[in-house]
Amino acid sequence: MYEGAIQDLIDELGRLPGVGPKSAQRIAFHVLSADPADVTRLATALRRVKELVRFCTVCYNVAESEQCRVCRDPRRSEEVLCVVEEPKDVVAIERTGEFRGRYHVLGGAINPLEGVGPDNLRIRELLARLGTGSVRELILATDPNTEGEATATYLALMVKPMGIAVTRLASGLPVGGDLEYADEITLGRAFEGRRAV
Amino acid sequence: MPGYRRQLYRDDALVLRVQKLGESDRIITLLTRRHGRLRAVARGVRRTTSRFGARLEPFGHVDLQIAGDPKGEQGSSLHSISQVEGIQLYGKALVTDYPRYTAASAIAETAERLTPVEREPSLRLFQLTLGGLRALADGEHASTLVLDAYLLRGMGLAGWAPALVACAVCGTPGRHGAFSVPAGGCVCPDCRPPGAAHPAPATLDLMAALASGDWRTADAADSPHRRECSGLVAAHLQWHLERGLRSLPLVDRGSTGERTERARHAPRPDPADVAKEAQ
Repeated sequence: MYEGAIQDLIDELGRLPGVGPKSAQRIAFHVLSADPADVTRLATALRRVKELVRFCTVCYNVAESEQCRVCRDPRRSEEVLCVVEEPKDVVAIERTGEFRGRYHVLGGAINPLEGVGPDNLRIRELLARLGTGSVRELILATDPNTEGEATATYLALMVKPMGIAVTRLASGLPVGGDLEYADEITLGRAFEGRRAV
Repeated sequence: MPGYRRQLYRDDALVLRVQKLGESDRIITLLTRRHGRLRAVARGVRRTTSRFGARLEPFGHVDLQIAGDPKGEQGSSLHSISQVEGIQLYGKALVTDYPRYTAASAIAETAERLTPVEREPSLRLFQLTLGGLRALADGEHASTLVLDAYLLRGMGLAGWAPALVACAVCGTPGRHGAFSVPAGGCVCPDCRPPGAAHPAPATLDLMAALASGDWRTADAADSPHRRECSGLVAAHLQWHLERGLRSLPLVDRGSTGERTERARHAPRPDPADVAKEAQ
């Protein structure tokens, strides 16, 4: 145990996800020996992220104003809405440069084992957005794991009766990979989702 | 002094739960055939390049090679998964049917709670859980009936089966009309404690049918009796577990269909009104 401020810093760092007691100690001593200007910059960044960043009132992506950059952009199509689990999924899809519609961030996936049900996600808000009648297609881009697939199934069940086309991101082989190394589930999905060339 | 050696051993298992660990790993909770419940690390399975991540999704029956100490006499309780082959991956069928997915989640959580001690073999619970997931994936019976049958039989394996054909207190044989969770099941008029429930006789018949595997009777049961049976089974289970199951309140007992109907008939607001409200 260290005394005072250094132990407080180790304790606080140790509460961060993925940071164990040894890592917390190493980071704390790095901060102690770092240039004061660097430490001030880090402290300012930490303070600013809590003060300035909030959730977009339309799509619930992270934003620094009332609405996020995507929701403010008039060139984005309002007819196609892409549903993702987390804000970081928006960044991943934006990196592709393929999607010009808008997003809706659920804030997770349905996971009964962790006590997360439909009411704990922003599904009610999604249905309210769809109720405006401007959306023609809903793309379900939840993770391709059990929780993500179950969430997509639930959303499809809720949305299809509203007369909106519901699509799911394709699953299959990674670009640059060898077919022989693909597992049977991924390869099976790739066969299910094959397309004409 | 001999050092800690991680043995490689093989077993088949059901994947009960997966939790994220670090950047790309997962902790997998498994119910194995020969080694009871285990927690094992699967390294790199969240990467798209993972060779076996897809096989370690919940509700899968898999054949595993695990590194660790199978008896738990030395070292860490966390094992490491080195190879996986899928035997039957029930998750694929279950995620396409929301009520079955929520029922499977409740089965997985119950199996975990009925095995409080790791590495304690529980072959009958393994077989029961495997049968429950298989029945859900096959879809021959309603998901709530499969779940209630699993819970009743699971409680039977744990020694808490509700008394259905004799008084839970004095043992007087016969079908008694009152049901008391603290007393342990049906109770005769002499032993009936205050606050005991009086379920319909058909509900008690359904409970007995589910506990004994009489699917013809169970499938023919009416919806109100199914709901009453689910309530009694859930109350009985949670009384004995002393802590509620997180997944049980989220089990879809037909409400999704009703919500869909509501969504279908919900009036669509005028886009101009919505835009005005947003401003």
